[in-house]
Amino acid sequence: MTAIPIVEAKGLSKRFVRKPDLAARLAGKLGAEVREETVHAVDGVDLTINKGEVVGLVGESGCGKSTLGRMIAGILEPTEGRVLFKGRDRTTLRGRDAKAARLAVQMIFQDPYASLNPRARVEGIVGEAPLFHGLVSGADISAYVDDMLMRVGLDPDLKRRYPHQFSGGQRSRIGIARALAVKPEFLVCDEAIAALDVSIQAQVINLFMDLRSALDLTYLFISHDLGVVQHITDRVVIMYLGRVVESAPTVGLFEKAVHPYSQALLSEVPRISTTKRTFHPIKGEIPSPLDPPPGCHFHPRCPHARERCRVEVPVLKPVAAGREAACHFSGMFLNQ
Amino acid sequence: MRSMGPPALEVSNLKTHFFTKAGIVKAVDGVSFAVAAGEILGLVGESGCGKSITGFSILGLVDEPGRIVAGSVRFKGEELTTASEERLRSLRGDRIAMIFQDPMMTLNPVLRVDTQMVEAVRAHRNINTAAAVHLARDALADVGIPSPEHRLKAYPHELSGGMRQRVAIATAFINKPDVIIADEPTTALDVTIQGQILAEAQALCARTGTAMIWITHDLAVVSSLADRIAVMYAGRIVETGRTADIVSAPLHPYTKGLIGSVPSHNKRGERLTQIPGMTPSLLNLAPGCAFRTRCSQATQMCLAEPELADVGADRAVRCFHPLLTEAGA
Amino acid sequence: MTLAAESSPATAQPAALAVETPLRRFLSDYFESWVATAALALLAIIVLLAIVAPWIVPQNPYDLAQVDVMESRLPPGEKHSVSGYTYWLGTDGAGRDLLSAMLYGVRISLTVGVLSGLIAMAIGATVGLIAAYAGGRVESLIMRVVDLQLSFPAILLALMLIAILGKGVDKIIIALVTVQWAYYARTVRGTALVESRKEYVEAARCLGLSHNRILMRHILPNCLPPLIVVATVQTAHAIALEATLSFLGVGLPQTEPSLGLLISNGFEYMLSGKYWISFFPGILLLLTIMVINLVGDQLRDVLNPRLRR
Repeated sequence: MTAIPIVEAKGLSKRFVRKPDLAARLAGKLGAEVREETVHAVDGVDLTINKGEVVGLVGESGCGKSTLGRMIAGILEPTEGRVLFKGRDRTTLRGRDAKAARLAVQMIFQDPYASLNPRARVEGIVGEAPLFHGLVSGADISAYVDDMLMRVGLDPDLKRRYPHQFSGGQRSRIGIARALAVKPEFLVCDEAIAALDVSIQAQVINLFMDLRSALDLTYLFISHDLGVVQHITDRVVIMYLGRVVESAPTVGLFEKAVHPYSQALLSEVPRISTTKRTFHPIKGEIPSPLDPPPGCHFHPRCPHARERCRVEVPVLKPVAAGREAACHFSGMFLNQ
Repeated sequence: MRSMGPPALEVSNLKTHFFTKAGIVKAVDGVSFAVAAGEILGLVGESGCGKSITGFSILGLVDEPGRIVAGSVRFKGEELTTASEERLRSLRGDRIAMIFQDPMMTLNPVLRVDTQMVEAVRAHRNINTAAAVHLARDALADVGIPSPEHRLKAYPHELSGGMRQRVAIATAFINKPDVIIADEPTTALDVTIQGQILAEAQALCARTGTAMIWITHDLAVVSSLADRIAVMYAGRIVETGRTADIVSAPLHPYTKGLIGSVPSHNKRGERLTQIPGMTPSLLNLAPGCAFRTRCSQATQMCLAEPELADVGADRAVRCFHPLLTEAGA
Repeated sequence: MTLAAESSPATAQPAALAVETPLRRFLSDYFESWVATAALALLAIIVLLAIVAPWIVPQNPYDLAQVDVMESRLPPGEKHSVSGYTYWLGTDGAGRDLLSAMLYGVRISLTVGVLSGLIAMAIGATVGLIAAYAGGRVESLIMRVVDLQLSFPAILLALMLIAILGKGVDKIIIALVTVQWAYYARTVRGTALVESRKEYVEAARCLGLSHNRILMRHILPNCLPPLIVVATVQTAHAIALEATLSFLGVGLPQTEPSLGLLISNGFEYMLSGKYWISFFPGILLLLTIMVINLVGDQLRDVLNPRLRR
């Protein structure tokens, strides 16, 4: 397939710097230890997503997946690197192209309570953007909103209500309808179902799958829930402390993970089992992003760590067809 | 296999209602289960089903406008619903302890860890501070906290989420209680940290013979940890039984639907079995079986409210049409 | 799809949840407290009296032709020597019917207090919104000015301004606005900061809405609750401040006495037993400020999302 990927991230980095304020600087002059604190939320990530794919982005707290998702969605400015939409750098686009690129990538948020304007009615929430951008005329907007709501499985008669009158699952659907209203091609789902009950999660997951085939959508599905990721994604990218550690097709990854962190993560996923299991978790805490370990970020917790891991940062390189891993000894793991 | 002796805690037909200006919310409306010494019981249900309120009711921590209106809670034979506040206070933290989802609810942000743990010990025992600190240090080591002497001197905000939860667990175990109620303790934690904490909790219970009620919405977590499971829906227990039995052959349609909703239990790429509709409002619960409107098996019979009935050794279900002939999900 | 399943539970409770606007919910929450309800009723009465004062007072206290210094300092209950109507609350030192003077006085006090509050709110809210949304140096600069302003005692600042500007109703309003705007700015900036971090604002940016629209339609409406609370409390402050200035003699002119001035005028007679000249205006002033504060208290509790069950 030589088609241009729909979204590409090249060397994307995001650093949050907390400069000491006036008081701290004064203290510094008087001899107190004052540092500029930098959080390397995302550290040189390359990611390619092809049209129609569902890519899962997985990791635990501090891994940077939400930050990466927001940079791809255009909500956050990268410190370094570029995001290409259909092959063109988004920051170079102007006018109508820029607007089209912005509307084509939409985000579905995690918190069904905070992601809707509490003071707006549902019809306003869903209809505001298409009306603002002239996608739909004032005369047609009501029918358009009805159509969007039905598409996500909500009764259009409810559109005059306010968000607080709906359940969490319904609010999630309203958020999806809002995103769909601007006719996007690419959806970034940032833990979109994490805050929902299990039975509602199933409904929303099914909705995502239906929409994918009905509207030919591409997804970047950010989640910490590997069970869900395994079910709906084509490819999985695993992050740890701001870096990608492994990228592989879903089926292959869950059969055999190459990177030690991926192996640990996969083995920790609780599954419904009929027997009690004994847990053998990996030791140690997730390090703080303010002070990541040198070399390979994972080396303090890795059961296979050697001297080289402490010193040299592993590069993400291909280890098999369509698979990449960032580990010095990935060849060894693959052949085990 | 742990010894299943007489129940450490026995709850019978517990009902806790909230009298709000909008009406009566029947948060807990018929909860019965028992947990023996050294046993882990998983109390499973989704949000709003009343599982947290059940935990609070056992400890007498339900505030106005709610109160226990019926049922009994027997701790080692002693009735708690009628016990005095004095008696309850002496039991809390000493014989029955609680772990919350948000460790900041247990931990006071302005006090150091050692101060708080020592307080928990000395509230129930007459020992000097040095001995209490020693106990605290041991408790932290028991939950797998490295260099516990240093952690003792830390403030809660200096610790990570997983670490704080471990401190909360250590504080719960420090007086070697007979029963621990854990309310979604690992829900907010990362998967790898959750794995560690589950391991520690499992080991601790085995060692100390403490009974544990693990409240969660995550069937997968509890199926790997618990000896027995009780499933809650709309304030009522709808099914209880041994973990292996419930997971392999659920009897109540809701339990079956819940198991089916979990993606790993479905074939990859296919639509998940979903339970249609939403949980009913506890304010205006329709008469009869609470699950009726969402159930594929519902008939006219279900307009009457089913009772929790025993259907075999250590198995009970609240349904007129339990899935008796199903071979499993 | 799941259309049928989603709609049935919702339509099962149509009557109970018919469009429950935030306003309706707020009103039902507010009237839960009988104290607050009573305070609101009393406030409404006071405002109503202030509005219709010119038509209901027995005597226009500003009309010097009607005021007779021979009628001065009459105790409550005395009758006018000529026309025979009763001075229900007595007369003041100049011979004005105290009841009429008080109604006019509360009218002035409320007008000045509310007007200055509204202007201060408009200025302060705008400044606060800009500070929160712009961030960076603009925000720092604005907030330093706000901090500076707030560190001055209100009376001191007002006195200084009056000394520079002179006396008169408009000067008083300017002074009151200058003293108050900073509270509004600080409140709005704090709330706007919190709101602009929320996901619905991120969503609005993702959808390509303009900055202006996001500020006005998304952030500002959600800053209203604390703003309303501050507005009621600040109005009470403004009224009290104006009364103080008038009491000190630097406020409103003698010809249009506010309650503060009436109290001041009657002060000299307190010791000689003619208490009513200061007492009744004082009570009315106290009552007005108190009910505004009580209403503000209840508003704060009702509008605080954390207290909501």
